Amino acid sequence: MIRAKIHVTLKPGILDPQGRAIRQSLGTLGFDSVTDVRVGKFLEIELNQDDSVEAEAQLKAMCETLLANTVIEEYQYELEPHPSRHSS
Amino acid sequence: MKWGVIVFPGSNCDRDCAYVLANVLDQDVTLIWHGDTSLGEPDAVILPGGFSYGDYLRSGAIAQLSPIMHAVQEFARTGGLVLGICNGFQILLEAGLLPGAMLPNVGLSFICEDVCVKVENADTLFTRHYESGQVIRFPIAHAEGNYHTDPVTLAALQANAQIVFRYCGVDGVVAEQANPNGSLDNIAGLRNAAGNVLGLMPHPERCAEALLDNEDGQLLFRSMIDAVTAGQDKKQATS
Repeated sequence: MIRAKIHVTLKPGILDPQGRAIRQSLGTLGFDSVTDVRVGKFLEIELNQDDSVEAEAQLKAMCETLLANTVIEEYQYELEPHPSRHSS
Repeated sequence: MKWGVIVFPGSNCDRDCAYVLANVLDQDVTLIWHGDTSLGEPDAVILPGGFSYGDYLRSGAIAQLSPIMHAVQEFARTGGLVLGICNGFQILLEAGLLPGAMLPNVGLSFICEDVCVKVENADTLFTRHYESGQVIRFPIAHAEGNYHTDPVTLAALQANAQIVFRYCGVDGVVAEQANPNGSLDNIAGLRNAAGNVLGLMPHPERCAEALLDNEDGQLLFRSMIDAVTAGQDKKQATS
């Protein structure tokens, strides 16, 4: 089993209204050092797959076709071995 | 003329579209469930507004993978008229039938109000009953209508007159202060390069009869009816 952790974020330069609102709120709370906030999505995907090369190819296809809209978003992922819940 | 209106789980303007077409314009309308794989033989297809699949992941992202979308893709590829309204527009973008993507509105609010829209191109299959430059009043109701695309695509949209509707003031001036959601170039609606697919954020089906004190939207459906009828006449004349 492999677990993938995927981050989907807006591309640099794409206006992030949510991030801007959060930055303003952090400023209101007194966190004056905050200069920028970008909001994204975090996904965990478990794969019944032990071949990391094949898993990565599948993840890339998933990101390109569904998980990210590459017109406005970019993605990063990392893979880690994931012991099956049913293993003893 | 035969119309197919696609019903996704979470669509909520499907029946409004069907009502206007059947009751106001005396058209033959079929509601088509998203899980179906065939459209039948419609002359035009509408992807209606709503919140398909609860807007999970991104607006339209899940709906574009519905079984019926293969048939919609094929219908569009062979020149069939496809109209996407609001969430339907978002689905067309996610499906790649129109270029670009939607971002959340700049103000982060769900905006539900009447806006002024300028008809930028009246020489389309969807707008022949309007006049170029005409200012019309359309209701909008969305949280993600902030259209975005890359500069190269935007230049192509402009060069090919694919930008059909733009947000404007009552005087018809397209300015930043008349832009309700931050949409790039004040874009409210655009068509594909071939001209048979149109997506727009405003709701023409919500302003298509006198009872509602606004019939500006009716002309869009009438334009499509005329486009199809003219096409059929042409086909008969040449056969």
